[in-house]
Amino acid sequence: MTLESATRGRSPRSRVGRAPAWLVGLAAVCAAAAAIPLVYLVVRSADAGLAELADTLLRPRVLTLTLNSVVLAAFVTVTCLVLGTLSAWLLTRLRLPSARAWLLVSALPLAVPSYLAAYGWLVWFPGFNGFWASWLVLSVVCTPYVTLPVAAALRGASGDLEAVARTLGRGPLGAFRAATWPRIRPAAIAGGLLVGLYALSDFGLVSMLRFQTLTWGINAAYGASFDRNQAAMLALVLVVLALVVVAGERRSRGRVVHSPGRNAPGTIRPGRALVPALGVLLIAPGLGVAVPVAGLVSRLVDAETLREIDLVRLAEAIGATLGLAVAGALVAAVLALPVAALAARYRGRLVSAIESVGFLGHALPGIVVGLSLVFFTLSVMPALYQSVVVLVFGYAVLFMPKAIGTMRGGIAAVPGSLLDVSRMLGLSPLAVWWRVTAPLALPSVGIGALLVAISVMKELPATLLLRPTGISTLATELWNRTTVFEFGAAAPYAAALVLLAAVPAVILSGIRGVAKEEV
Amino acid sequence: MRRALPLVLLVATVTVAVTACTPAEPASTDSATAASSDGVFTLYSGRDEALVQPLIDLFEEQSGTDVEVRYGNTAELGALLLEEGDQSPAQVFLSQDAGALGALSNAGRFATLPESITAAVPAGFTSTDDSWVGVTGRARVIVYDGEALTAAEVPDSVDAFTDDAWAGRFGIAPSNASFQAFITAYRVLNGEEAADAWVAAIAANKPQIFENNGALLAAVNEGVVEAGLLNHYYWYAQAAETGAENMRAQLSFPEQGDAGAIVNVSGAGLLQTGETDADALAFIEFLVSAEAQQYFVDETFEYPLIEGVDAPADLPPLDSLVNPDLDLSDLESLEVTQELLSQYGLI
Repeated sequence: MTLESATRGRSPRSRVGRAPAWLVGLAAVCAAAAAIPLVYLVVRSADAGLAELADTLLRPRVLTLTLNSVVLAAFVTVTCLVLGTLSAWLLTRLRLPSARAWLLVSALPLAVPSYLAAYGWLVWFPGFNGFWASWLVLSVVCTPYVTLPVAAALRGASGDLEAVARTLGRGPLGAFRAATWPRIRPAAIAGGLLVGLYALSDFGLVSMLRFQTLTWGINAAYGASFDRNQAAMLALVLVVLALVVVAGERRSRGRVVHSPGRNAPGTIRPGRALVPALGVLLIAPGLGVAVPVAGLVSRLVDAETLREIDLVRLAEAIGATLGLAVAGALVAAVLALPVAALAARYRGRLVSAIESVGFLGHALPGIVVGLSLVFFTLSVMPALYQSVVVLVFGYAVLFMPKAIGTMRGGIAAVPGSLLDVSRMLGLSPLAVWWRVTAPLALPSVGIGALLVAISVMKELPATLLLRPTGISTLATELWNRTTVFEFGAAAPYAAALVLLAAVPAVILSGIRGVAKEEV
Repeated sequence: MRRALPLVLLVATVTVAVTACTPAEPASTDSATAASSDGVFTLYSGRDEALVQPLIDLFEEQSGTDVEVRYGNTAELGALLLEEGDQSPAQVFLSQDAGALGALSNAGRFATLPESITAAVPAGFTSTDDSWVGVTGRARVIVYDGEALTAAEVPDSVDAFTDDAWAGRFGIAPSNASFQAFITAYRVLNGEEAADAWVAAIAANKPQIFENNGALLAAVNEGVVEAGLLNHYYWYAQAAETGAENMRAQLSFPEQGDAGAIVNVSGAGLLQTGETDADALAFIEFLVSAEAQQYFVDETFEYPLIEGVDAPADLPPLDSLVNPDLDLSDLESLEVTQELLSQYGLI
């Protein structure tokens, strides 16, 4: 019997039974929110007709763009998985000087919007462009999506088994694969999913670093030809790619493996390996934060538009950004919860369909989601058009996948044996949910909400389309100034944005994946 | 309280669903009933806040009208207006380029402007059917790296870039509306066959592709690429930020008659939703007044389009750039241009 199957034997009974109808219904309603862009895209594509659809999709240019998107997303995802897992392992298993600070630093790239990171790199290396440039910058800003959940899972998983595997003759990598990887795999793969979807949907970074992906084609369709139908057809290609990615994730994440064990962080003394270990940990924050931020600062020093900062205006933008981020995070978390609860415990075609739809918004560029909500609001509830309600709802559609991914992991990680015991003690299924699952999964809900809050702060295209006239966020104010080359005037907004987004990122780095230790 | 959470969620969802299904009141009919001025209108501006807001402030001060402005980029606002249709809260669209105005005009989104406004701008710089009016002109130019090339080495025709000597050394932003307008001009002036040959040769000559004009200018200014096809005023905007004396990039105007020397316009249109809105109309009228035109000359270094206001001092006069063989209304066959560009993989 291998080590893996031995631990599997102790894992809870898998719950593959039928999901309760109320949960399926609730999850379906929530996922329907995320399906609004899809409906819109189908309506627009239908406008064009089948012939034009075939004509557009069969163009060699579209094929090239699709291939570029796929290859970029694949490279970035794999890079983030490797670098993120390695970083997380180093953070949790090595006895590092000021370990908490290192964890915090690892979370910081989340706070830098990808378009700012790209801009910062261009300041130092103006000729930096193309596939490898996009790959590098996108990878380093996305790595925390893997590092943080994996580090959280590793802190929950005991290091003992790895040591056992070593004594049984496995090498370090073999021991990692046999004892640790099964425990962190769901967290790592879920993080990888977010990275993959983000890489598919990003436009700001690839447009600056000049790598032409599908999002480039979509923006060109809106911008030069004003052809909404063509843009919709290209976006449908993104939807298909996203569905493939989500399905792939579902197949490969496996089930959470539990093992009761001591939480024993930082047991390995790094010794001479300390310097290379810290070097690895510095890759993402160094290339994703330090280099671009230094670039922004140096550009600021040269700028002539560094006039007096309009403090009132800056404060208003900070207030609006903060308020929208909190509201967006709450709504996204509420919408994501039923989907995550369903996907964590049950399988089947319907469950898969609901979950997949829930992830769609994240694969689409903001402009597509924004226009789809304009379309939806005006046809269903025009009174709310250009109100904060629709803007917040838009954020939820865009970013609920971030919450679904983390919450699903958190709920799945609640030991099944606990649920069995609770049922045997006479609690109803709902009561078990409320008294056992919910409190234990709460940290993952928090992580999900914080991830959404960070994304809302950085969001630009959907905000521009959906915001009430006159409301500005830090991202829109930044955009306002950079389009007219006023990099000096833009700097305070860029700084405020990065600092504000760093707050949830820092909180994130400290939350455990599952409140398991208290069990 | 045990069952509270799912219950609350369920109630909330149902409430939302029911609200969603309730037929909402039709959008405000104020503009249709108000015969003229109500002292307020909404403007969608595809031009930047820093450039336009001072002008709007001036208009508000003079007219007492309250202008609600929604800023965005021209392409997104164009798509937004098409999506909003007759439910749009906007009465006026101020656009960065003629392409977006043409698309909205074709979709029947504009009301016809009165002669008093459209007559202010000479034909060739405004719409042919009075659906929108040109506000400012921007010349297509060749931007070059002043440290790599002397002014004499810069080609005076865009045809030079098809030469092997330029392989990989120049940049274009083919998905940009102004580049596509230039290609259309090339087709109109030199014929489809010549245009096809030019695009094919350019595509084969390893151009560096940029997503927008700003990125192209930045690359030339950093010495990443030696030359590029640009709109003139980007250079002035960048120079205002970093100081003209610090600009590595320099501008060169192609010779008169070259397809690369056309003048594009920015413009404004009165949306159907603002057809009877006197305030909205007054604003469009203000945009083609001497005062506003002078503002654009001073602040954005664009060409004024009305008689009696002089072009920015350093620029060649507009007359020298106007091509007698070309009418802006000829530039409407955008689809053919895009087909051509996509055929050679440029968009």
